[in-house]
Amino acid sequence: MASDKSASGPQGMVIVGAGECGIRAAMALREEGYGGPVTLIGAEPHLPYERPPLSKAVLLGDDAPSPKTIANEARLFEAAVLHLSSVTATGIDREAKSVSLSNGRGLHYSKLLLATGADPRPYALAEGLSHVFTLRTFDDALAIRSRLGPGCRLAIIGGGFIGLELAAAARTRRADVTVIEAAPRILGRAVPTEIAQVIHARHAREGVRILVGAAIADMKEQNGGILIKLQPALKDEAGPSAVQADLVVVGIGAQPNTALAEAAGLTVENGIAVDAHLRTSDPDIFAAGDCCSFPLAYQDGRRVRLEAWRNAQEQGTLAARNMLGGRQAHVAVPWFWSDQYDLGLQMAGLADRATQVVRRDLGSESFLLFHLDAEGRLVAASGIGPGTSIARDIRLAEMMIARGARPDPLKLANAESKLKALLAA
Amino acid sequence: MAGWIEACGADDVDEEDVIRFDHEGRTFAIYRSPDDEYFATDGLCTHEKIHLADGLVMDDIIECPKHNGRFNYKTGQAKGAPVCVNLKTYPVKVEGGQVFVQID
Repeated sequence: MASDKSASGPQGMVIVGAGECGIRAAMALREEGYGGPVTLIGAEPHLPYERPPLSKAVLLGDDAPSPKTIANEARLFEAAVLHLSSVTATGIDREAKSVSLSNGRGLHYSKLLLATGADPRPYALAEGLSHVFTLRTFDDALAIRSRLGPGCRLAIIGGGFIGLELAAAARTRRADVTVIEAAPRILGRAVPTEIAQVIHARHAREGVRILVGAAIADMKEQNGGILIKLQPALKDEAGPSAVQADLVVVGIGAQPNTALAEAAGLTVENGIAVDAHLRTSDPDIFAAGDCCSFPLAYQDGRRVRLEAWRNAQEQGTLAARNMLGGRQAHVAVPWFWSDQYDLGLQMAGLADRATQVVRRDLGSESFLLFHLDAEGRLVAASGIGPGTSIARDIRLAEMMIARGARPDPLKLANAESKLKALLAA
Repeated sequence: MAGWIEACGADDVDEEDVIRFDHEGRTFAIYRSPDDEYFATDGLCTHEKIHLADGLVMDDIIECPKHNGRFNYKTGQAKGAPVCVNLKTYPVKVEGGQVFVQID
């Protein structure tokens, strides 16, 4: 724990975590006119950078990649944001309102924002093995990139977004790719079956071997790589009994970084629990982005946690305003995207409460799904198509979701019926 | 200074909407505002080179279809994170039911 003896300097705004959420909050504090000290604490050695390219562009190309920075040194200097790199927060003293740091120093805060993000879920069977990686940071991406290449045997554990985006990039680099998914289908948690099928088929066509319903029995280092032994398939089709890989990437989800909050006695409920204003159980401490669970305004305030780029941005900005005394509630509808090959998937809202799905066909490999609840309210929309072709419709659907609209299912199904007109109705 | 280039028919763009126009290896976005005026900008978002023509037009704003960066398409002004670089705009005229863009 920090002691107030070790903390120094005037009170100001302290942000723990220099990812998308933290840097947006820092810049928003300035945009809102705050003139006091702003300190941004980042565990990584890099300037704040964008994570979405890590599973895509960073893995491709011939040139040595550099992080896509969100704010370079000049911009941080101009905004008078003090960015401490390669430093972690080790404790919060809520009485003294101070944060202790891994460099032995401490910082007083008037308001504190926890934007600690989420880290890859560890996989017990892979613990301590060489050749096994996760993908969260720029350095992770570089390590994977340096080992990828023609003929490299890559095994990806987990058929989620990170794993599948990595699979697509690795095929472009002509690696030999196997995806091992324990569930009966890929993208089980987040994506409707029909869309998952399109993505699965596309990967198969691109030469990715996808093993679903595949339980791993054991992993061990062998022949300069990893031998992954699978449990005997319960189904009729005889899958392989083992996968030999030069490189293994584990992508089985992420878990919120709540240790700091928990040690400080803050309420944690599938993430650091915040109210609609992103305030934790301590009114001087806020949390935002992947690390927090918050009430979802458009669905009766039920508590959710999101791992999404736009959410991190929006919540970072909102937290900054409320740290300055604002009382603005978070009302945004969840939104995310994934790119694999030339296919773009987008989804707005959460579909888990839907009782009816309406499909609008747009072309081959391209359609929208509208998810309606028992009262006919649009609660989510998802779509897939080449590039960003479905983006505009998903955006319009998002606006309908936010309004609690109950659009006519027949019109939703008809590609001739413009969503903009339905939104205005 | 190059002359006026014929981009599309005036009816090819709906009101409060945008279409893509490619010319000599460059790509542009042609807009029709809710009050029935025409505008043109570079076709790619200044953040990550996404085609803006897939985005949504609301009043005088075009929103990037990937990361929701917003620009005023009449002035090219970037409206905040994640976009910080303005969009280049081009003069437009409508003659004989055709939209012309002056590309430099």
